Amino acid sequence: MPNDSKNSNDHNEIAARQAALATLACARRDELESMLAHLAPLPVAGDLRPAEVGLVMLRGRTGGDGAPFNLGEATVSRAAIRVEGGATGFGYRLGRDVAAARHGALIDALWQDAGRRGAVEAALAPVRARLAAEARTVRAETAATKVDFFTLVRGED
Amino acid sequence: MYVAAKGGEKAIRNAHKLLAKRRRGNENLPSVTLEQIASQLSLAVDRVMAEGSLYDTHLAALAIKQARGDLIEAIFLIRAFRTTLPRFGASQPLDTGEMLVRRRVSATFKDLPGGQLLGPTFDYTHRLLDTSLAVADQAGEVDDEANAAPALSDAVDAASKMPRVTDLIGAEGLIEASPADLGEEPFDITRAPVSFPVDRATRLQTLARGDEGYLLALGYSTQRGYARSHPFVGEIRFGDVEVILDVPELGFPVSIGEVQVTECQMVNQFKGSATEPPQFTRGYGLVFGQCERKAMSMALVERALRWAELGEEPGAPAQDEEFVLSHCDNVQATGFVEHLKLPHYVDFQAELDLVRRMRAEASAKSAADEMKEAAE
Repeated sequence: MPNDSKNSNDHNEIAARQAALATLACARRDELESMLAHLAPLPVAGDLRPAEVGLVMLRGRTGGDGAPFNLGEATVSRAAIRVEGGATGFGYRLGRDVAAARHGALIDALWQDAGRRGAVEAALAPVRARLAAEARTVRAETAATKVDFFTLVRGED
Repeated sequence: MYVAAKGGEKAIRNAHKLLAKRRRGNENLPSVTLEQIASQLSLAVDRVMAEGSLYDTHLAALAIKQARGDLIEAIFLIRAFRTTLPRFGASQPLDTGEMLVRRRVSATFKDLPGGQLLGPTFDYTHRLLDTSLAVADQAGEVDDEANAAPALSDAVDAASKMPRVTDLIGAEGLIEASPADLGEEPFDITRAPVSFPVDRATRLQTLARGDEGYLLALGYSTQRGYARSHPFVGEIRFGDVEVILDVPELGFPVSIGEVQVTECQMVNQFKGSATEPPQFTRGYGLVFGQCERKAMSMALVERALRWAELGEEPGAPAQDEEFVLSHCDNVQATGFVEHLKLPHYVDFQAELDLVRRMRAEASAKSAADEMKEAAE
């Protein structure tokens, strides 16, 4: 049954959808296309709002943890679609790839269909694995540059 | 005053054609791709994003290519582009404590949880030109060891948290706390005119997009004794942070991707005041991309600008808020300086007439004086 997020009180479900959206935002366009190929046949979907590029002001915090300030903007693409049957999907991602944002919105709509969620999660798995592997490589490369500075103690006694 | 001039359309068209030709350079060589610029000149891209105040690596690479490598021109192009786009909203403040750290050093604490991670740094290099990079065939440019998949220990694999140094020593009360988040919307210099004096959030936004060279010089001046504040690098960290946006139509926040930022926590001496015990104070720098020199300079200048709040003696250039903030934007600066090249013929004609008249009056007067002397 399609789920309307606005009425959903299920925190686990919101958390799972947030996790899916986060992965979709980092997925490359070719990964999204291959996900959609795996999820075929796709329902008919129409744009709720035409996909578009805009800006989001990124904020920081004074001292890292204090009062917020405006750091600078980033380009963001967004799309909103409705599939036949009712579920509405949203795609928001950094950058100007509106096609990717629309693919993300469609996959978000499919995710909300309980009957398709398992397949969507399975299709997200390789993207999650790639992102985890890349983060692991960064950590390992960085860890290899870990240095132990030591100060020389004067032999006073 | 600037008076419009007409004409020169053909010359301008031809000049722009010539510019395009010169920009392309030797056509026997392949045109440089945006991917090459983004991947091999990444620090130039970072600077254009930081001072252009727009995070988009592909656009910054395009701007650098179009500007023939003139970074201020590229920054100008980026600023012009951003005005064409609508604003969807503002992100939640980036959490640098949750950063995927690519570099993190502290000059004040050698044994800090998570360790000192040098990352990709020019520090400790010998600054000798590497002639092997001049060879067109670049096999061997990257050390095999760096290319081999690094050994993944379990310790590395576990996403170890890396607390900010200021969080660690802040607990002792020896260092001032960050100003509290009172839930107020921070001032946005891109949306409302600035009038001085300004708050700390406005200073930080202005400095974050300010010219690196200008802030470097001002930061340097504070070290040389103009508003000396005894700085130490509490911590510099660079890496990837998640961007989280509250999406009204969803009713909950979502992650929309990651950006790279450099953060500098400068720790400074403070003797204490009537209301505050002696403690360390802080200057803060946060910049898009890997821009360490800029983040450090920003933190030095940010600290110097806090003189009134901390009861310090004013008088140094870096403490003059209106002066520092009004001149740190290189797009505004280059616009005003470079407009002097444009036709000022009417202006100058008026000045020329004035100088001629003054000279005529002066020589008439001296002739009259001479006559008078001769008569006497």
